[in-house]
Amino acid sequence: MKPFNIYISGVGGQGIIKTSIVMGEAAMKMGKPVVMSEVHGMAQRGGVVSTELKIGSSRSPIIQNGHADLLLAFEPLEALRAIHKINRNSYVIINTSPIMPFNISESKYSYPDISIILEELNSKSKKLYAIDGVKIAKKAGHILSLNMVMLGGASAVPGFPLDEKILIESIKDNLPQKSLITNLKAFKEGFISVSE
Amino acid sequence: MNIKDVLTAPKNEVLFLLGNEAAVRGALEAGVSVTSTYPGTPSSEIGDVFSKVAKDADIYFEFSTNEKVALEVAAAAAVSGLRSFTFMKHVGLNVASDSLMTTAYSGVNGGMVVLSADDPSMFSSQNEQDNRHYAQLASIPLLEPSNPQEIKDIMNYCYQLSEEFQIPVLIRTTTRVSHMRGVVKLDSIFKSKNIGFFYKDPERFVPVPEAARKMHKKLMEKMNKLQERANESTLNQIFHKNGSLGVITSGGAFNYVMDVVEENNLPVNVLKLTFTHPFPEETVLEFINDVEEILVVEEVDPVMENAVLAVLGKQGVKKGIHGKLDGSLPLIYEYNPGIVLNGIKKVLNIKTIEKEIQETSIPLPERPPTLCPGCPHRAIYYSVKKVISDLDLENVIFPTDIGCYTLGIESPYKAGDYLLSMGSSIGTSCGFSKATRQCIVSFIGDSTFFHAGIPPLINAVHNKDRFVLIILDNRTTAMTGGQPHPGLPVDGMGEEAPEISIEKIVEAMGIKFLRNINPLNLKQSQLILREALEYHGVAVIISKYPCMLIKSKVKKNNFVVEVKDDCINCATCIKDLSCPAIYAENDTIRIDPKLCRGCSVCIQLCPEKAIKVKKRNINY
Ligand code: SF4
Ligand code: SF4
Repeated sequence: MKPFNIYISGVGGQGIIKTSIVMGEAAMKMGKPVVMSEVHGMAQRGGVVSTELKIGSSRSPIIQNGHADLLLAFEPLEALRAIHKINRNSYVIINTSPIMPFNISESKYSYPDISIILEELNSKSKKLYAIDGVKIAKKAGHILSLNMVMLGGASAVPGFPLDEKILIESIKDNLPQKSLITNLKAFKEGFISVSE
Repeated sequence: MNIKDVLTAPKNEVLFLLGNEAAVRGALEAGVSVTSTYPGTPSSEIGDVFSKVAKDADIYFEFSTNEKVALEVAAAAAVSGLRSFTFMKHVGLNVASDSLMTTAYSGVNGGMVVLSADDPSMFSSQNEQDNRHYAQLASIPLLEPSNPQEIKDIMNYCYQLSEEFQIPVLIRTTTRVSHMRGVVKLDSIFKSKNIGFFYKDPERFVPVPEAARKMHKKLMEKMNKLQERANESTLNQIFHKNGSLGVITSGGAFNYVMDVVEENNLPVNVLKLTFTHPFPEETVLEFINDVEEILVVEEVDPVMENAVLAVLGKQGVKKGIHGKLDGSLPLIYEYNPGIVLNGIKKVLNIKTIEKEIQETSIPLPERPPTLCPGCPHRAIYYSVKKVISDLDLENVIFPTDIGCYTLGIESPYKAGDYLLSMGSSIGTSCGFSKATRQCIVSFIGDSTFFHAGIPPLINAVHNKDRFVLIILDNRTTAMTGGQPHPGLPVDGMGEEAPEISIEKIVEAMGIKFLRNINPLNLKQSQLILREALEYHGVAVIISKYPCMLIKSKVKKNNFVVEVKDDCINCATCIKDLSCPAIYAENDTIRIDPKLCRGCSVCIQLCPEKAIKVKKRNINY
């Protein structure tokens, strides 16, 4: 089985590694082979965080450039930085609220216009889903449920290989009980925002 | 998954484990009794998991003061008949290597496994040294697993090997293997004894020259036998067979090879080596019989490639060998599927259908890592820079060390000029003090001070050096995720433990200038820094305040700050402090309440007193 490759990128603190583990464990529960790569250490302190997840037969957890089926970007600039992972047939889901790099005021380049980022990704992928994940998360109950909004969105993409029921089980296994209602709501709203 | 599942999940269950977590399970299944480490990425999670499960597993685990001590703890346990496991990042093995070399000579009784987690491409390290060389240098067996399941499975094999040959065994992983997650099928945990007995045998355990000469001979005999074992090992396997090019690979590189070979159905044979030292020469000779040319794919140095060349030379076999040495593959940095595919294509002289890779011409601003909002290091860096500029000091040298505070090299602080290794801040300060007339302000963290800072500080006092040393005591080993160290009242198993006082250590060295500061109190810090800079001799300042990441886990801050109308948009707070919570929006200064940790440093430095507390009070 050709793997379904998901490249997830964003900024430290957005819950990216957790989200990837939720997907990975769901795949495992469904009996699918799955491998994942994550970063730790120096790379994390407020910097870029990315994980790579391959669901289906694959040995290396690294997605070859141009081979991501889905780019799940928690932050617009980080979506664009990961563009080398996608091809013309890839899907892209992007949370449109930017997080400025802390040193942006003295950076050589300014933060690109969101509309330019969206246009660029739209023209270079099969389909771009731009969602205001932060707004949806807040509506669901907490800004920190952004990762579940993104996960819900991912599960609405054509070809996404994980069952909703098992994903929800995996969410229950991996996220704190006390925020479960919010998280499930965020997941559902994320799904709706992408399916529309 | 709950991290305790690593211990409690039964045989045949599957878990989605990180390579590092799988190493813990593997050691527990093998009946390990004593485990030790000094935390370092990419090996840190091994210790984090042991520290959570050791008590329940009824085994011993410690965060040692440094890797050399960790290795010595494991070696003594192993000569006392217990199975021991010590693990560290690649550069940690440099520290431990002095004792590793002799452990190879004297050997072990209980099995001893040493794991080195290498960091090709340097995600979190100062170099990308290839620690497979240590297996050659010390003459010990080496295994290179490729994924979490293999890491778990080879642990038991390594212990058997170690006990049969009475030799420590080295496992080498890389970042992409240690930090890879995969489905791991479990076996049962084996509980072995955890009280050993040391039988004296000075001829074996005390390498005075007379004894050492015998030991070395014996070691060579062991290695000869181990060579046979490597040749017989089923861990070295042929995976793909349909071509005239033979690919020899190991570790994480094997994964890339298989992915691109299978996807593109490339005409190659693949030999995966896991037991790589002593080099399985016969396995390799047999494999290359069937092929015309050979490509060696490995990270980072051409270790196997050189070994293959030697084997062919010895046997007088003439075949094309490709790899790093002829430029078919890059000589440095980590590989990925694309790099490996290109290498194979180059050698085979073929083209494959490529997916079009997307690119963008829009320039992207960087997002470098930075100190957390409210980090006490930022405050001290600010004060140091302020005092130095107030005093008009020029060409100050800032020797720095390893930890979050290494990020002090960034603008606006630029307080990091020279760094070699753990503890080098102090040793190099001694050198600068002798070699130059420049002013020296040196930084070292608390955990790093215990690790390697004490001998050079003694050196500084005894040799009458002159510099300011700032010990950044944030009450944890922050960079690697917040592990305890000897300065804390808790040990690696979560038990109460005697707290070693940095202050008393420094005092005992006879250092006359010793001051404690709270770095978040700018006025006090700057006064003391001024004094220190005028002092003739070694001036030590202990800058004590807990790491924000650890602190906010314990207690959420109950106030933040905001910018009031008095702000004249001078942007001093952004330019001189650069806290990630402070930003300018259309030239108006704002503070992001989600990021602000209420450390109050910006309040103190704002020349217009325009930043004020919002909600609740600050504590000083
Ligand atoms: S983890 Fe702690 S020490 Fe490291 S940057 Fe953050 S606050 Fe500072
Ligand atoms: S109080 Fe000021 S310096 Fe401290 S975290 Fe908040 S914004 Fe940053």
